[in-house]
Amino acid sequence: MANILRKSSRGVINIILFLIFFIPFYWMALTSIKSIGQVMQFPPAFFVSKPRFENFITAFESIEFLHYLKNSVVVTVCVMAAQLLTVVPAAYAFARFDFKGKGAMFGMVLATTMIPAQMIFLPVFVILSKAHLINTYWSLILPQATSAFGIFMLRQSFMQVPKELIEAARLDKAGEMKIMFKIMLPMSKSTVSTLALLNFIGTWNDYFWAKVLTTTDAVKTLPVGITSLSNVDGGIAQHIVMAGNVLMLLPILIAFVLAQKQILKAFSYTGVK
Amino acid sequence: MAIFEKKAEKNHSLAHTAESIKEKFFSGKKAGASTLLRKITPYAMVRPALSIFMVFMIFSAIYMLYISFFDWNMIKDMKFVGLDNYIKMFTDPDFLLVMSNTFQYMFMMVPMSMILSLAIAMYLRKNTFINRLLQNVMFLPTIVSLVSISFVWIWIMDSDKGLLNYLLSFFGVEAINWLGDPQFAMFSVVLVNVWKSLGYYVLIFVAALQGIPSYLYEAAALDKAKPMTVFFKITLPMLSPTLFFLTLTSTIGSFKTFESISLMTNGGPMESTNTLVFELYRQGFVFYNTGYAAAMGVFLMALIGLMTFLYFKVLQKKVHYQ
Repeated sequence: MANILRKSSRGVINIILFLIFFIPFYWMALTSIKSIGQVMQFPPAFFVSKPRFENFITAFESIEFLHYLKNSVVVTVCVMAAQLLTVVPAAYAFARFDFKGKGAMFGMVLATTMIPAQMIFLPVFVILSKAHLINTYWSLILPQATSAFGIFMLRQSFMQVPKELIEAARLDKAGEMKIMFKIMLPMSKSTVSTLALLNFIGTWNDYFWAKVLTTTDAVKTLPVGITSLSNVDGGIAQHIVMAGNVLMLLPILIAFVLAQKQILKAFSYTGVK
Repeated sequence: MAIFEKKAEKNHSLAHTAESIKEKFFSGKKAGASTLLRKITPYAMVRPALSIFMVFMIFSAIYMLYISFFDWNMIKDMKFVGLDNYIKMFTDPDFLLVMSNTFQYMFMMVPMSMILSLAIAMYLRKNTFINRLLQNVMFLPTIVSLVSISFVWIWIMDSDKGLLNYLLSFFGVEAINWLGDPQFAMFSVVLVNVWKSLGYYVLIFVAALQGIPSYLYEAAALDKAKPMTVFFKITLPMLSPTLFFLTLTSTIGSFKTFESISLMTNGGPMESTNTLVFELYRQGFVFYNTGYAAAMGVFLMALIGLMTFLYFKVLQKKVHYQ
């Protein structure tokens, strides 16, 4: 008897927990296919019999969606590429070379994790505007072009690669570049994909840098661009706003469905610093 | 046969010697150039990353300190004003309100997210299918942009047509103006942020809980320890490194909260959700009080530095490591 009671109360809690986290997403998706009449209706409808997929087209046309999308893709790809090019060599040097000042330099890298973007965006803006880089892609790429967390994680992983392998490669006259990208990187595949996932999610979702470092529409990314949807029709067009958000969410959702396990693993890495 | 073998062996050793001579010869010849190259290589490799850190982190922080001593709007000439910006900051009642809002946010956000996530993690600690499913659903907000999350919650928290008020009406709760009422706005923003970050904290806590060796619990069971005793004497001490790490993360996170406020309330109503970073942004990018904004940035830097220092101090004393 007590067992049944316990099991059913667990069931109730499970359902409540599930609903708390599921309903907002359901509500977003549902609203995105409602008509304006259904949006204004109260009490709200929980189902829609005639979904209005035109909302997505309206959202697409109300703002320069393709322009923002292009910017988002360019910035995300460039940031990922830049991080690959800066993080890999640095991690390799910190893991496998002895050089003067190594300790101090690595200490500096770790210290920068204590400096969040929200603290230094003002001087960063001033520096970039003095370099005439505001409203160019550079302004969004450069401040994020490297990652202390990435260097730290990859260094750990590079230290696991057997020394003999590197020595052997050097005897074969392989250049350091080749060693890095042909030996070290493939050996650390799981760390690299973890970092790439975290990086993709972070950059794609990033609102902060794109908000503070752009003053025109030129390089605005989707998260900032999409906010102007809330002005459509004087701010009552919730179905259009939600349609835009569903579109922005799709790549992340697809990534989550495909690589759920890896994403969870990636985020649990960030908790064991 | 024997001769054959011997010959092969000889051949082999000959080849080996030749190899080693060749090796020595080549490395000897190239020694000068290659050691120099080997000395420079690591610096060349860390250079790209370090220069970015130098410019956008270290130099930026120092530059911000420098700007904070000037009256400046990014266009006109900088005018040195000494500590005026700091004096203005600490005597301005608006800024005191901003600080009180920031701490209000922190004192709601940190305990709420820590207690809730720990409780849920305890509830979901067993590695079963349903638990993993729930954990995945809870985790989804972590990887979704705060823009989408803010917009959907603005809609859900709408005072007239919102889902939340509708659902609450079944429990006899009268319509609440979640984001428009100065009494509720900050709480609403905190609620959304707790909702967003809970899944991440639960993930970390569950991993830590599953890492506690089971013999500790078996021993406790043998001693017939009460659940409460087990929690406070085994679980909590074993979790303390994780708990401290997450508390530090969420405390610093509270100081730098910006997105949800910028999107959901824009600092209002009646400045009730205007927190430190949002005010910094407004002073710097809307009112163009660049020097004054820089002083706030320096204050934020000191605040985060102090928090980190305090946490590590306590960490050394109180936290149980295996």
